[in-house]
Amino acid sequence: MGGCPNLRQTTMVKSDFGYNSKVEGEVIVTRADAVVNWVRSHSVWPMPMGLACCAIELMGAGGSRFDISRFGMEVMRFSPRQADCMIVAGTVTYKMAEVVRRIYDQMAEPKWVVAMGACASTGGMYRSYATLQGVDNIVPVDIYISGCPPRPEALLDGMMLLQEKIRQEGGSLKRTFRGRTVETKIVR
Amino acid sequence: MEAAVLTDRFPRTQVLASQDMPTYQVAGEDLVETVRFLRDAQGFDLLADLCGIDWKDRTPRFGVVIHLLSTTHKEYVRLHVGAVNDAVPSVSSLHPGANWHEREAFDMFGIRFEGHPDPRRILMWDAYPYHPLRKEFPLAGIEVPLPAADVAEVTGQTVEPAPMMGGPFVSPGGKMSEGEPSALDQSWNEEKPKA
Ligand code: SF4
Repeated sequence: MGGCPNLRQTTMVKSDFGYNSKVEGEVIVTRADAVVNWVRSHSVWPMPMGLACCAIELMGAGGSRFDISRFGMEVMRFSPRQADCMIVAGTVTYKMAEVVRRIYDQMAEPKWVVAMGACASTGGMYRSYATLQGVDNIVPVDIYISGCPPRPEALLDGMMLLQEKIRQEGGSLKRTFRGRTVETKIVR
Repeated sequence: MEAAVLTDRFPRTQVLASQDMPTYQVAGEDLVETVRFLRDAQGFDLLADLCGIDWKDRTPRFGVVIHLLSTTHKEYVRLHVGAVNDAVPSVSSLHPGANWHEREAFDMFGIRFEGHPDPRRILMWDAYPYHPLRKEFPLAGIEVPLPAADVAEVTGQTVEPAPMMGGPFVSPGGKMSEGEPSALDQSWNEEKPKA
């Protein structure tokens, strides 16, 4: 156990490093935002909005080879009520845009959107009368992932970037709900 | 199948020049009976394709092309039929597979299929006012409201012409080959703030 201060801390050996266990015992001091965001960033429940070929790579990322569960976001939910991160993977047509927006509206706060691939980000190569030129025209997007399609590694990279973004969010106990600001009370 | 089999039975039918398979120009009035005859008497039991054509300068302007396959004789036949007042008889009562093909030809070209059991659009939404594969329709599209009024209100989004410059079908000067789809830059505009 020689030189490892963390292990010594957990076994309550008095230490010159880390917390002063004489004063604080097993108490950790932090900010509520940091804790809440840490929890949220490690339990992202994606809503797989698979609309075209990019969805195949999304499935690849969920499989054993790329294994998105290593990052705590393997629980893909096909109900918007149970998801908090919509991964838009594919071409959004104007006919489908309505559905994408409705599903986004049905997701519970806090929620995030990842635009996976060229089509979801900008319309991609589909510059035509039928294709929405970027899903950010109808929903707020947090992360854009380039590629046509992006490899599963790129998706994982984007999702880790999203985790980073979630961890840096401020005011995570405050949420606007139907125009009102609601504050979550911490019960001690 | 000899060409005479068809032209004798339907005198209005003409043989068209073709490089791959026997091709006939069929009169609209004869279409349903021709397809029935080919299916029941000549073994052309599979409708392989049905599509619309916009001939632009010809009269009649719109036409339909039907490919039939005989699964017993391993033969194809192609039927051309011109639209009268933009209408063509439906063959979906003979070949159920024609149902969605005819809806697509209606959606894209505005060709009406008389006798079709469900003559709705199939790709674009029902209220869409144009037929996008007509020659005069710009590839970028024409601005119309989003299909859902409530979503349009929340997002402020409309169905807008797509930016063409830099896209796959735009020639940066010079002339493109006549055989390729091509487009002019019609509305490149990056100034619109995103949601
Ligand atoms: S970005 Fe490429 S791979 Fe992804 S949906 Fe569009 S065309 Fe398909």
